[in-house]
Amino acid sequence: MAEILSQTQTASDAPGDTLKTIRSGLTRRHARERRFRAYGIAAICAALGAVLILFSMILAKGIPAFTQASLTLDVFFDPAVIEVDPRPEPQPGQSPADYQKARLDWERQVTLVNWNRILEAAIRQAAPDMEVDTRQALSIVETSERFVLRDRFVENPALLGQTVKVDLLASANVDNWLKGNIDRSLPDSQQQLSAPARALADRLLENGTIRFAFATQIFTNVDSRSAPASAGLAGAFMGSLYMMLVVIVLAVPLGVGSAVYLEEFAPKNRFTDLIEVNINNLAAVPSIVFGLLGAAVFINYFRLPLSAPLVGGLVLTLMTLPTIIIATRSALRAVPPSLRQAALGLGASRMQTVFHHVLPVTYPGILTATIIGVAQALGETAPLLLIGMNAFVAAVPATPLDQSTALPVQIYLWQGNENRNFFEARTSAAIIVLLGLMITLNALAIYLRTRLERRT
Amino acid sequence: MNNEHAEVMEMHMPTEKIVGQTDLYSIKSSTVRTPDAMPRPIRVKAREVNVFYGSKQALFDVSIDVPERAVTAFIGPSGCGKSTFLRCFNRMNDTIEGSKVTGRIELDGADIYDGSIDVVELRARIGMVFQKPNPFPKSIYENVAYGPRIHGLASAKGDLDRIVETSLQKAGLWNEVKDRLHEPGTGLSGGQQQRLCIARAIAVSPEVILMDEPCSALDPIATAKVEELIDELRENYTIVIVTHSMQQAARVSQRTAMFHLGYLVEEGPTDKMFTNPEEKRTQDYITGRFG
Repeated sequence: MAEILSQTQTASDAPGDTLKTIRSGLTRRHARERRFRAYGIAAICAALGAVLILFSMILAKGIPAFTQASLTLDVFFDPAVIEVDPRPEPQPGQSPADYQKARLDWERQVTLVNWNRILEAAIRQAAPDMEVDTRQALSIVETSERFVLRDRFVENPALLGQTVKVDLLASANVDNWLKGNIDRSLPDSQQQLSAPARALADRLLENGTIRFAFATQIFTNVDSRSAPASAGLAGAFMGSLYMMLVVIVLAVPLGVGSAVYLEEFAPKNRFTDLIEVNINNLAAVPSIVFGLLGAAVFINYFRLPLSAPLVGGLVLTLMTLPTIIIATRSALRAVPPSLRQAALGLGASRMQTVFHHVLPVTYPGILTATIIGVAQALGETAPLLLIGMNAFVAAVPATPLDQSTALPVQIYLWQGNENRNFFEARTSAAIIVLLGLMITLNALAIYLRTRLERRT
Repeated sequence: MNNEHAEVMEMHMPTEKIVGQTDLYSIKSSTVRTPDAMPRPIRVKAREVNVFYGSKQALFDVSIDVPERAVTAFIGPSGCGKSTFLRCFNRMNDTIEGSKVTGRIELDGADIYDGSIDVVELRARIGMVFQKPNPFPKSIYENVAYGPRIHGLASAKGDLDRIVETSLQKAGLWNEVKDRLHEPGTGLSGGQQQRLCIARAIAVSPEVILMDEPCSALDPIATAKVEELIDELRENYTIVIVTHSMQQAARVSQRTAMFHLGYLVEEGPTDKMFTNPEEKRTQDYITGRFG
C-alpha cells in the first residue's frame, strides 16, 4: 500500500495531480459497484421468480383438489334388499368371545347385502327422468361409498325401512368430468364415463344433488386405488410423523452429543481429524445409499419389518446426523473462548463449563440445525423407496412398526397413478400439505430461535 | 449512559493520577500507601519455568517469588511471555492445545503441576480476571453466585445472597447494581463488567487473584476505579497483575517483574525497579525507549 502511494506521488509532480488521478478512476469504480449490485438484484429476481412459478403452479393445480364433487342422496334402507337378522345384543351369561363371534357373523351378513342396489335406487330417484343402466348409474358414485351405507347401518340397524339423507363421494371420473379435467369434446371411446353417465352427472350437478364440498377425506382417509376419490394422506401423514419422532429422539441427542464431545472434549489428533473428514463426507453421501444401507442392515440383518416407519426413521436419522453434528459444531465454535475461560478460571469442570455456559448460548443454533435436519428428512424420498415404504398401504399405522408410507413417497406414488387427470390435482394437493408442514416447521424454528436469542 | 455518569460522580481521585504520564514517579509515590518495608511470606514460588507452545518456546527458565497480600506486577512489551507466565499459575495453559510447562510452581509449598493436584480445586484457590471483561450472559446475581454454587460454598439461599452481596461490595459494585441484580451482567458498562468479573472471582474466596491486563479494554475513568479496587483488595488477597502500562504497575504494585522475549529480565520492589533498575533493558523500557 505504502509503495503504491509513494509511486503515484513520485509520478505526479503536484498534489493536484494525485487528486486528478483518483477522480479519473472514480467513475469506473462506481460503475463497477453499480454493475455488481445489478447482478445481485438480477440473481435474486431469478430465484424469486422460479419460486413464484413453482408455487403458483402447485397452488393452481392443487387447490381445486381440496374441493370435491359429492352427492347428497336420499337413501332408502330397503327391507326388501337388506335381509339380515336383527343385530345381536350381549345376552346375560354369554361370554364376550361368543358375543364377539355373533356380532362378526352378523356384520358379515350385512356386508353381503347388495348395497349397490340401494345406491342405484337412490341415484335413480335423484334424477328420475334420466335413462341409464345399472353400471352407468353406479359409475356416478365412488366404489367405496357402498361401505359408507353399510357402516351407517351397522351403527344403527333402526335405519331399516327409513329414508335418510347421506353425503357420498362422487367417483373420480365424475369429479374429472364436472371440473373439466377431461376434454368434454373427446369422442365416447376416449371418455372415462359413458355418455348417459355424463348426462346424469351434469343433471345431478344442475339439480343440486352434486355439490363441490371441502375434501376432508384428503386428511382423514388412507390411500386407495379402487376408489381414487376417497384416497387421502392420513396413513402417509402418520408414517411421516412417526419417522420424525424417531429422527428427533435419535438424531438430536446423538448428533448434539457427538458434536459436543468432538468439539469440547476430544483431543485434536489424526484420528479425530479423520472422524471430522468422514462426518463431512457422510453429509454428502447420496440419500439413496443410506436407503441401501438401511435395507442391508436394519431389514436384512436386524430383521426389522419392511415398510415400517421405525426403519425409515433409522435411515433418516443416519442421514440427518451429519447435518446436526456439523451445524452444532459450528455453533459451538462460534462461542467466544472468553466464555469458556471465564468458567474454567472460576474452577468449573470441563463438563460444567460446557453444560452451564457453552451449550445454553448455542441452543438457537442447535435448534435451527435440528429443524433444518428434520425438515430435510421429512422431504426425503429415495431411501424410503429402498426399505419398502413405497408399498401401497391402505391403513393408518398404529405403531412405528406397522407398515406405512410417507408423505413424499405418497406424492411419488400418486404422481405415478394411472388415473392421471384425477391424481395430478391430488399430487399437487399432497405437495401443498407437505410444503405447509415444512413451512410450519421452519416458522416454528424461527419463532423458537428469536425467543431463545432474546432470553440470552 | 447513566452508568458512566454514576462512575464519574463516584470518583474522588484526582484525574492526573490516571492521565499523568509525564511525572510518573511522583504519582507512584503518592499512590502506593504501604511501601513494602517488611518482607512478606512467599505465597507462590516459581522455579525454572519453561513454557512451550508446540515446538516454540515462549518462556525460558523463569523463577520468581510472589509475596502474600501484595500486588506483584508483570510488565514487558507485547509477546514477552508475561501473560503466558501468569496463566501457568492456575494452569489455564492446560486448555491450550499443544502447550507444555516444565519446572516447578509451588502454591504454599505444593507443586501445582503435580499429578495429585486437582485443577478444579487449584482454580478455586487461584482466581483469575481476564483482559476483556467476560461476564456470563446471565444475571448479575448469577454471575457472582455461579462460583460459590458449583463449589458448594453456600448451603442455603441466604448464604448465597450474603456471598453475592459481600463480593459485590468488595468489588465496589454493590451500590451501582443492588437494585438490578437480576438484570443481565452483559448490560453493564465495560468498567462495571470488569468489576463484576472481579466480584465473581472474589466470591469463591480465592487465596491468589491473577489479573491479565484487567484494564486494557477500559477507559481511563474505569481504569482508575479498578486500580483503586486492586489497591484495596491487596489487604486480603495475593494479587498478580499483568500490565503493559508501566504507570499502572507503578501505581498499584509493590513488586514488579520485567519480562522480555520470554526471559525474566529483572524483578524487585516496584520503588527500586522504577527509580534504580539494575538492568539497562528495564531502564530503557520504563523510560519508553522500546516496547
